[in-house]
Amino acid sequence: MGDIIKLVGKRLGLGLLILLIISIIIFFMVELLPGDIAQAVLGQGATAENLKALRTKMGLDDPAIVRYLAWLADAVTFDFGRSIVTDEKVTTIIGERFANTLFLAAYAAVIAVPVSIILGVVVALLRNSVFDKVANVVTLSFISSPEFFLGYILILYFSVKWGIFPSIASLSDSMSFWELLNRTFLPALTLVLVVMAHMMRMTRAAIINLLASPYIEMAKLKGAPPWKVIVKHALPNAWAPIINVIALNLAYLITGVVLVEVVFVYPGIGQALVDAVSKRDFPVVQACCLIFAATFILLNLAADVGAILTNPRLRHPK
Amino acid sequence: MKFKESDVLLKIRDLKIQGYSDETWVDIIKGVDLTLHRGEVMGLIGESGAGKSTIGAAAMGYARDGTRIVEGSSIEFDGMELTNASEADKRALRGSRIAYVAQSAAASFNPAHKLIDQHTEAPVQYRIKKRLEAQEDAIELYERLRLPNPQEIGFRYPHQVSGGQLQRAMTAMAMSCRPDMIIFDEPTTALDVTTQIEVLAAIRDIVDQFNTAAIYITHDLAVVAQMADTIKVLLKGEEVEEAPTDQMLSNPKEDYTKSLWAVRSFTVEQKARPKDSVPLISIKNVDASYSNGPKILDDVSFDIYEGMTVAVVGESGSGKSTTARVITGLLPPSKGEVLFKGEPFPPSYKDRTKDQLRQCQMIYQMADTALNPKVQISEIIGRPAQFYSGLKGTALKNRVDELLDLIELEPAKYYNRFPPELSGGQKQRIGIARALAAEPSFIVCDEVTSALDQLVAEGILRLLDRLQKELNLAYMFITHDLATVRSIADEVVVMQNGQVVEQGPKDDMFTPPHHPYTDLLLSSVPEMDPNWLTTLLEERGIDNIGDAAMANIDPDDEKVEGTQV
Repeated sequence: MGDIIKLVGKRLGLGLLILLIISIIIFFMVELLPGDIAQAVLGQGATAENLKALRTKMGLDDPAIVRYLAWLADAVTFDFGRSIVTDEKVTTIIGERFANTLFLAAYAAVIAVPVSIILGVVVALLRNSVFDKVANVVTLSFISSPEFFLGYILILYFSVKWGIFPSIASLSDSMSFWELLNRTFLPALTLVLVVMAHMMRMTRAAIINLLASPYIEMAKLKGAPPWKVIVKHALPNAWAPIINVIALNLAYLITGVVLVEVVFVYPGIGQALVDAVSKRDFPVVQACCLIFAATFILLNLAADVGAILTNPRLRHPK
Repeated sequence: MKFKESDVLLKIRDLKIQGYSDETWVDIIKGVDLTLHRGEVMGLIGESGAGKSTIGAAAMGYARDGTRIVEGSSIEFDGMELTNASEADKRALRGSRIAYVAQSAAASFNPAHKLIDQHTEAPVQYRIKKRLEAQEDAIELYERLRLPNPQEIGFRYPHQVSGGQLQRAMTAMAMSCRPDMIIFDEPTTALDVTTQIEVLAAIRDIVDQFNTAAIYITHDLAVVAQMADTIKVLLKGEEVEEAPTDQMLSNPKEDYTKSLWAVRSFTVEQKARPKDSVPLISIKNVDASYSNGPKILDDVSFDIYEGMTVAVVGESGSGKSTTARVITGLLPPSKGEVLFKGEPFPPSYKDRTKDQLRQCQMIYQMADTALNPKVQISEIIGRPAQFYSGLKGTALKNRVDELLDLIELEPAKYYNRFPPELSGGQKQRIGIARALAAEPSFIVCDEVTSALDQLVAEGILRLLDRLQKELNLAYMFITHDLATVRSIADEVVVMQNGQVVEQGPKDDMFTPPHHPYTDLLLSSVPEMDPNWLTTLLEERGIDNIGDAAMANIDPDDEKVEGTQV
């Protein structure tokens, strides 16, 4: 167990380093955006003095490296500064929205992960059958369609024609949990359809990859029925690649939801990011990007640890 | 004949099996008959490609992926015809009435589950026993198979248990439902000789105790002589002959069988060290380890003289290959040095000059993986000739032709071929040519014949011997096979746990008194005498084989100290 803690510690440290590098990239990318921020804030009619005063106030005249370090020092304490559009604290703007995004991602993941793994096991068992081919074609068509298209199709049938679920996923504090689930079902379903194909196909491939192993032949020659060969003998050895694909897809659920949020008018972080970019609200943009980067790093770390925990050689050293 | 007609358990008639390759079905088993009685052990022997394993699997009604049992074949197990039985019916036999023991237990146990859970799987599934009963039974079987710590060993994962123990645990697993028949598919091929004895003794005991019939598949005649009541010899999917073991050993009828029996006759005359000369390679007090790990080599010293063959023997993990890596500079030693003609060799190959590098070449065990499958033979052999001797154009082509001639492959025919188009023996010859292309004075041969059939291996040994005489080469011959040592070595170095335990001229090494470890190694090599195992067990005692025997080596034995000759 000590080894695993050491490894997690090492990976976390590495993750922080990557995050630091990303923060540098993000900061200077925003810096490179064309145009003058003071001009953007004050508009076309601003006088030269006003612009100068604002630049001094925002510290825009300082060298970039000084501003970066100041921003970084604050960011470490989760203070991402204030929005230059509304002058609100960035954390208040994106805090709640990030929580909403996490909720939607969790909702979709709770459905998508078990369903795709079970489906993956089933298609591995019935490989090269009609069911296998149909499942592949269907999930692949979902992943190949743009999310907004899928979203509108779902709205067309589930809300407009059949009226089962609401088409707009706006939230209010007074909603009960069930109401919340009901209201966010369609965006969650869209996300489920988008991420399922990867996970299902990786489960299938990882299992089939192992079917030529001597221990699988041994299981067959011990008289184990086909489902048991797959579930009990192949799947436990196939987790590592599956977990990695799950982690990537979970990260996508958090960072790739912009379109779905727009279609269903869901108040998530993706929309906040799009708004901020169009308004040149660079503190918000930077904060969002950093959150996305951290999400990717944490989920990949979780995947590595998960892969280790499912490997008996590492779990039970000699 | 001790078996009665009424006791027939397995009756295979006109078995034909086809395998799918190059888009067509090819015959791999061409009409084999086999009759096995209750309690009978039949040895199936033959070289690779003889179809032994395929017949073994077919005896369970099982055709591996890419093979099919041809219509008209009949496999009758205890009155039930398996060729037209349903999948479910056949499955119901497997594990319960017919069990299988695979070649590599390490690969055939599922790494994700504890041994005992895999053991109890079949009995629980067939509702023969409840889980806990099955566990108790497993522990009892572990005890009978003399596994160390039988109460606890089953609760370990496969990677936590050694190869020989795993092989016995797999035999225990096969016994879990007390089957009528077990298929042993090369169960000891991957094991060291001392471990092999343990497994052989355990298998023989348990098969006797439960009067289980068995098909014992192997390519090792001496092993099959110990295990089988009847021997069937196969060649390329056809039966050569079948007879009771004694008769088969003493009086084989077919030429092919006779040639198999005669394989171990090749020996070269032992050469003596040249007088007053400096050794070509001298390893002096070498210690080595991999990346700060435990010491793999501990104070290893021996000399190799020009034109001589030094065989380095020992079990897996004894440090034979590590010594070779130190000599070639792939692994710089942590202490000690390697001298070449009295001059120190730089420890790492990176610091050696081209001329120093060319002196030491290697030939590997697996010619399959040692040759790039996408590169033509001419380039495989030509590259070192170009690199070391700077040959170009016609000169290079002539040199490659010359090398192909040396290894007895026709240049015109093989020049433009690719490795996958060659047989195992031919590939190994290419490996030899590649080593020769550098014009070395010393070649490390790392288990070069282990992966080859005996007749092919003998061809390689003869070739190496001829090349040695013609080119005055020195060989370091790494092997665990003492028969090979006996045939080709001039001097022998015995290694155990990273130390040299004994060394000297071959004739001395094969005549007593030996170092106890050498003695253990030598006496553990199976002999053709069918009573060899029985006699050995009587002499040594059942509790003094394998690991136990190793532990019983008396450290005060005078030969243990006096290792230098």
